Amino acid sequence: MKNKLWALILYPLSFFMSADWLDVNMPVGVTDISREVFGLHMAIFFVVVAIGVVVFGVLFWSMWKYRRSNNKKPATFTENHTVEILWTIIPTLILIAMAVPASITLKKIYDHEAEEGGIDIQVVGWQWKWQYKYLDEQVGNKPLSFFSNLTTPPDQYEFNRVEKNENYLLEVDEPVVIPVDTPVRFLITSNDVIHSWYMSDFAVKQDAIPGFINVAKTKVNVPGIYRGNCTELCGERHAYMPIVVKAVTQDEYQEWLQSKRDLAEQIAYLTEKEWTSDELLATGEEIYETRCAACHQTNGAGIAGFYPALAGSDVVMNDKAKQIEILMEGIRGSQMQSFAEQLNEVEMASVITFTRLAWGNERSGDGEIVIPKDIVEYKETNL
Amino acid sequence: MSAVVENHDHHDDHHGPKKGLMRWLKTTNHKDIGTLYLWFAFAAFLLGGAFAMGIRAELFEPGLQLMDPIRYNQLVTMHGLIMIFGGVMPAFVGLANWLIPLQIGAPDMAMPRMNNLSFWLLPVAFGILLSTAFMEGGLPGFGWTFYAPLSTNYPNVAYFVFAIHIMGASSIMGSINVIVTIMNMRAPGMTLMKMPLFVWSWLITAYLLIAVMPVLAGAVTMLLMDAYFGTSFFDAAGGGDPVLFQHVFWFFGHPEVYIMILPAFGITSHIISTFSRKPLFGHSSMVYAMVSIAVLSFVVWAHHMFTVGMPLVAELFFMWATMLIAIPTGVKVFNWCATIFKGSITYETPMLFAIAFVVLFTIGGFSGLMLAITPADFQYHDTYFVVAHFHYVLVPGSVFSIMAAVYYWLPKWTGNMYDEKMGRLHFWLSFIGVNITFFPQHFVGLAGMPRRYADYALQFAEWNAVSSVGAFLFGLSQLLFLYIVVKTVFAGKKATPQVWDGADGLEWTVDSPAPYHTFDVPPKVK
Repeated sequence: MKNKLWALILYPLSFFMSADWLDVNMPVGVTDISREVFGLHMAIFFVVVAIGVVVFGVLFWSMWKYRRSNNKKPATFTENHTVEILWTIIPTLILIAMAVPASITLKKIYDHEAEEGGIDIQVVGWQWKWQYKYLDEQVGNKPLSFFSNLTTPPDQYEFNRVEKNENYLLEVDEPVVIPVDTPVRFLITSNDVIHSWYMSDFAVKQDAIPGFINVAKTKVNVPGIYRGNCTELCGERHAYMPIVVKAVTQDEYQEWLQSKRDLAEQIAYLTEKEWTSDELLATGEEIYETRCAACHQTNGAGIAGFYPALAGSDVVMNDKAKQIEILMEGIRGSQMQSFAEQLNEVEMASVITFTRLAWGNERSGDGEIVIPKDIVEYKETNL
Repeated sequence: MSAVVENHDHHDDHHGPKKGLMRWLKTTNHKDIGTLYLWFAFAAFLLGGAFAMGIRAELFEPGLQLMDPIRYNQLVTMHGLIMIFGGVMPAFVGLANWLIPLQIGAPDMAMPRMNNLSFWLLPVAFGILLSTAFMEGGLPGFGWTFYAPLSTNYPNVAYFVFAIHIMGASSIMGSINVIVTIMNMRAPGMTLMKMPLFVWSWLITAYLLIAVMPVLAGAVTMLLMDAYFGTSFFDAAGGGDPVLFQHVFWFFGHPEVYIMILPAFGITSHIISTFSRKPLFGHSSMVYAMVSIAVLSFVVWAHHMFTVGMPLVAELFFMWATMLIAIPTGVKVFNWCATIFKGSITYETPMLFAIAFVVLFTIGGFSGLMLAITPADFQYHDTYFVVAHFHYVLVPGSVFSIMAAVYYWLPKWTGNMYDEKMGRLHFWLSFIGVNITFFPQHFVGLAGMPRRYADYALQFAEWNAVSSVGAFLFGLSQLLFLYIVVKTVFAGKKATPQVWDGADGLEWTVDSPAPYHTFDVPPKVK
């Protein structure tokens, strides 16, 4: 009995001792602006706490002092011009004192001008991933561009089959890499619905709106890996499109750019190679799992009313050309987006091949596979 | 003259309440309709609460345990829609129906048949909205704010649009009724400035409703056109503007926020004065404060949109205008404190809820002031800090004021006193539950947890678990509320007409329970 009692007391205590528990305030962040914003936040916080202490103090004291058992005869006054004027003017002065520094900081945040030596990165929100385009860096004949997808495996979030990673839901396949001490402009827009690019450590939150380009300029002072989220409800997988920014030194940044150029050459080579259906299937299944299964489901059955089934679909079984067109162009007015930029030729061919052979589609349909050259051909004729 | 009076009595004898279901379907009596509204709101409160329990159960720990994210988004959306349009607003309309005629000495609302219609439209609207639960594609899942273009591509959006249209029509009719009643049917001698504050708060609220409900109707109609008739109001690919949707929505949405709080100000003023046994401090400054808040509510809408990329001047304007609201709101809080000061105070259940309202609503006001600081809002926006903020003003704000009102006027409505011990137990459970639920949400919000997330990163786990435990405590305590109210309807110590010794107002001059027809002959107000 006594032991149980102790356990009852100690359990919450151990709960209180854990480190995450104390994570109760805004991060100071790693940019000059984020530090200023943190300062404003703490200032207004202490102002409201001070007002709270005074107002609630008077209220609770009056409640105690003038309880009926202590004060039989209530007063009858209904106004007092002096205090009424005071409690209008004093809050006004406090508000002005807060508005001035806030306005000054806001003006700094709104300096969107490009700077000498700065870089521009276009950020595009997609359901449910981010695309980053380095507008000043050419790879081949196009700007360097890649997609950033969640890598936390479904086994960790669906029904919690396995232990969760340290960076559960805050990890991606390709983080956006930026150099430190360099002005970086994020030019933020969207391909479908509204998203919002939120990086607390930079004090940046800008909505990604189709048809608009919003600018967020930042200059990170400390190298490191920073993690953020989408903060505008964008559909079912709103919680599954994190942001990871890797801030590195200028040298490391140049190295990274070079590695991106090398990779592009390698992919060009792979496209020319002859592929067997087994090779395609192996890559295809992996891509299907990370890029397609969220909507069309792992078993290809889709979700009735939202996402059509691929298993047993006529297009997937019998119309190779149409399927390539859908993946390349997307379907306007639906949530099926274009994957032309998201997957390279090899990945595209593999995943189409996978869907044409999986779930009994091979038996019921024509069983034809798609090879990377088909995709190259499509691009040459249509784009 | 005497013949007329006799005739009147005769009239009363034959028009008591009918029996059975038809009494409620066909009633034009303001008390019956008030009762219908209040029970409807209570049912919606329990249903919306059940959805909230689903949300908190899913968020008890990281990972998806109980539902997929589609279902989660549906719960979040329906929780918001039901609580706002089915819970808080109808509850205030119910109170208006019961109390405005009694407080101004009028025999009924000015347009009794329209009154009946505006109530019975509500079950129709919610029937349409909830019917989507049984359709392919299911309930709406785009958030109660239904931002385009997410909502334009959503299944079953037409049902949502028609439901909102009907709710809007109901609200507009209700508001016209309130305004006409207050303007034309006050007892002789009751000038505008002598009007009780609950009546004042509703007069202002009704004007706000008439002003903004058509704007909401416009927003949903444009949405309908985009979704089904090929227009591009909000579709950038067709030359439309997704940000326009948000401007239109929040031009409705911000006054809507005050629609849900102004009647609470009126209620709180009555209760604090009654239990302090002291007239309200600054009656006329209370009226001016409410009017200023209402006027300001039309020029602050874009503070919900600081992150959409508005130009600097717009951000500055909306920041300053929003901060201004703190002044009249502060005046109200100071007036309540000054009313308590030097009173002779007792703490019955309505007073406990009213004081909790003042304290917790003020905390919600504090976080509101923090949110007004635009640079800081870039951090707070769309995180749990915002969730904590608006739940502090809506739950221990609006909802507590409604509970306070129910305990305060229940003896007048039923003729029975409620069980004081049980009432206090309900208060303390609710008070503790609500704070355990929403206070930790400030922390996870500041640490960066976005709202409307079905699943979240590990560092937010502990406080979310705490919040869920609080939510279950708060939710379950409301079953106690239901029990107390039902018990009071059927039994309890008989209430006197005066009910509370410190209460002042015309409603306390009629019997308890209030007769089916009151003030057939208008009272004289000095």
